[in-house]
Amino acid sequence: MTTELISDSSEQARFDARIAANERVEPKDWMPDAYRRNVIRQMSQHAHSEVIGMQPEGNWISRAPTLQRKAILLAKVQDEAGHGLYLYSATETLGVTREDLVEALHQGRAKYASIFNYPSLTWADVGAIGWLVDGAAIVNQISLQQTSYGPYARAMVRICKEESFHMRQGYEIMLTLCRGSDAQRAMAQDALNRWWWPSLMMFGPHDAESAHSAQSMLWKLKRQSNDDLRQKFIDQTVPQADFLGIHIPDPQLRWNATSGHYNFGEIDWSEFQRVINGDGPCNRERLSHHVRAHDDGAWVRETLAAYRAKHSARSAEHA
Amino acid sequence: MTTEAMPLFEVFIRSKRGLDHRHVGSLHAQDHRQALEYARDTYTRRGEGVSIWVVASRDIVASQESDSASFYDPLDDKPYRHATFYKLPDAVDNM
Amino acid sequence: MPSNDLFVYSLALADDALILGQRLTEWVSNAPTLEEELALANVALDHIGRARMFYGHAAQLVDDGRGEDDLAFGRDCREFTNLLINELPRGDFAFTMVRQFFVDAFNVPFLTALVQSREPTLAAIGAKAVKESTYHLRRSRDWMLRLGDGSAESHVRTQRAVDELWGYTPELFEPFAAEVRLAQAGLVPDRDALKTGWRSTVDAAFAEATLACPTAAWSVRGGRDGVHTEHLGHLLAQMQFMQRTYPGQQW
Repeated sequence: MTTELISDSSEQARFDARIAANERVEPKDWMPDAYRRNVIRQMSQHAHSEVIGMQPEGNWISRAPTLQRKAILLAKVQDEAGHGLYLYSATETLGVTREDLVEALHQGRAKYASIFNYPSLTWADVGAIGWLVDGAAIVNQISLQQTSYGPYARAMVRICKEESFHMRQGYEIMLTLCRGSDAQRAMAQDALNRWWWPSLMMFGPHDAESAHSAQSMLWKLKRQSNDDLRQKFIDQTVPQADFLGIHIPDPQLRWNATSGHYNFGEIDWSEFQRVINGDGPCNRERLSHHVRAHDDGAWVRETLAAYRAKHSARSAEHA
Repeated sequence: MTTEAMPLFEVFIRSKRGLDHRHVGSLHAQDHRQALEYARDTYTRRGEGVSIWVVASRDIVASQESDSASFYDPLDDKPYRHATFYKLPDAVDNM
Repeated sequence: MPSNDLFVYSLALADDALILGQRLTEWVSNAPTLEEELALANVALDHIGRARMFYGHAAQLVDDGRGEDDLAFGRDCREFTNLLINELPRGDFAFTMVRQFFVDAFNVPFLTALVQSREPTLAAIGAKAVKESTYHLRRSRDWMLRLGDGSAESHVRTQRAVDELWGYTPELFEPFAAEVRLAQAGLVPDRDALKTGWRSTVDAAFAEATLACPTAAWSVRGGRDGVHTEHLGHLLAQMQFMQRTYPGQQW
C-alpha cells in the first residue's frame, strides 16, 4: 500500500512536469483519474457534436439547388462523419468503447454542441451554418491543436485541415445569395438573424460560470478561455458580414478603437441554459433521430457478428 | 455493435510524398478486408494515400514509458543524430 | 441523327446515375455505423459526379442553352429516362445493398465496354466511372455475402429484397431505340449482350450468400419512355423544389 502511494505521487509529479513543459500526454501514460474522465468527456462530446451536426446539414442534401451544391454539401457532411470517427477513435485510446459513448449520448449523460438543436429552415441556413458554426468551430479547434492529450491534438490537426473548406463553402453560399435577388438577400439576412446568437453561445458560458473551464485550463486540455475565443470569432466575423452587406442582429455591436476589439451585447444566457439542458427547438428530434438510426442498424451490426462467427476461418484466409 | 463483432483496427497511411506509413487513426470493421475498405473511404478522400495498412488493435504490442531508462537512454547521448546538432549559416538553414 | 441519339443516350445514363445517387444520399445520418456513413456517401458522390459528366455531355450535344442543372431540375417525371430500379425508395439496408449489387454487377461490364466507344467523351467518362464501379461492386458483393449468410434476420431481409427487386432487373438489358442505332454504329455497348455475364455474376453471389434465385416471372419496365413508378414524382418534387420555387437564380 505504501509502495503504491509513493509510485502514484511520483507518477503525479511526472504528469505535472509533462503538462508544465507543454508535452503531450499519450494513451499509455499514467494520468489522474479526473484528467482521464475529463478527456473522455471532452473528446466524446466533440465526437457526438460532429455526428449530430450531420442532421441539420444533411436535411438539405436532397433539396440542394444545383448538382454542384449537392455534391459539395454531401462531401462536407461526409467530412463531419469522418471527424466523429477520428474523435471516437481518439477517445477509445482511453479504454472506453464506442458503444459506451453512444449509450451515454442516448441516455442523456453526454452532451453535444447546443448549436445543433436549432433547425435548418432554408437553403441560406446551409450557408450560415458553414460560415458561422464552422467558423466558430475552427476558432475553437485551432486552439485545441495545442491540447495536452496527444491523440486529441492530432485529431484536431487533421480536422482543421478539412474544416477550412467547410467554412469557405458556407461563406460562398452566403455571398452568392447576397449578390442575388431580393428574395435571396432576404433569405440570407433571415438566416444570419437566427444563427448569430446561437453561434456565440457555442463558446460556452463566461469562464467564471463554467464548471469545467478552470480545471481544463490547468491541465492544458483547454488553452484559451471561452470569452477570449468568442471575442476572436466576433472580431473575424463582423468584417465578413459587412462584406456580404447583411446586418448582424446586435444593436450594441460596435468597434472599440481603444481595446482593438468589437463591443457586443449580452448573450441571453437563459436561452443558452434552456437549450443545453434539453429544451431547445430540436433537442428531442436530434436525439430520437440518432436513437432510431442506431436501433434500425442493430440488425446490420448483429449480422456482422453472426457472419464473423460462421466464417472466422475464411476471414483469416482473406486477411 | 459489440466489440466482438466489429473489432478496432489501427490505420496507417503512406502518402504520395512520404516514405513511411503514418498512424492516422482507428475504426471498427468486421475483418481486415472491410477495414481496408473503410480506411480507404475515411482516410484517403483527398488523395492522401498510396498505401494503407490496417492492423487489429489487439495485435499491437507497445513499449511502456517506464522502459525508457534502459530502452532509450543509451541512444540519447548521441546528439549528432539530430539535425539541431549542426549549425548552418542562415542562408542554407532550411533543411 | 447520331447527335440527337447521343444526346438522348447521355441523358438516360445521366438520369440513371443522378436518381440512384439521390436515393443513396437518403442514408446520410441514417446509416448503421459511422463507417458506413462514409462509405455510402462515397458511392453517392461517385454517382452524382458521373451524372454531372453525362449531363454536361448531353448539354453540349443538344446545344440549346441548357446546362447540367436545367436538365436535372427543369424536366418533369415524364421526361426523365432513368431505369426504374434506380428510383425505388431506399428501403432497409438489405434492399439498398441488393439494389446496389444488381446495378454494380451491370455497371462494371457495361462501363468496361463503354471505354471502347469511338465517341471520345463517352469513353473518357467510362474510363473514370469503371474504376469507381469496380470498387462499388467489391463492396456490394461483400455485403451480399454478409447479409445473405449472416444472421437469420439478415437472410430473411436480403431474400425479401432480392424477390422485390428481381422484376426490375430485366430492364437493365433492354436497349431503347436510340441505343440500338448507336450500338449498331459501334458507338456504345450492346446492353443485351451483357445479360449472360451479369446472370452468372449474380448466380455465383447468390450461391455463396445462400440466397435463392427468384422463380416468379414478372417484370416492370417503362423508365426509358418516361413511364415511371409513383416514387419518382415525389423524389423530383423534393429534389427540384428550390429551382421550381426560385427559378432563374444563381446559387
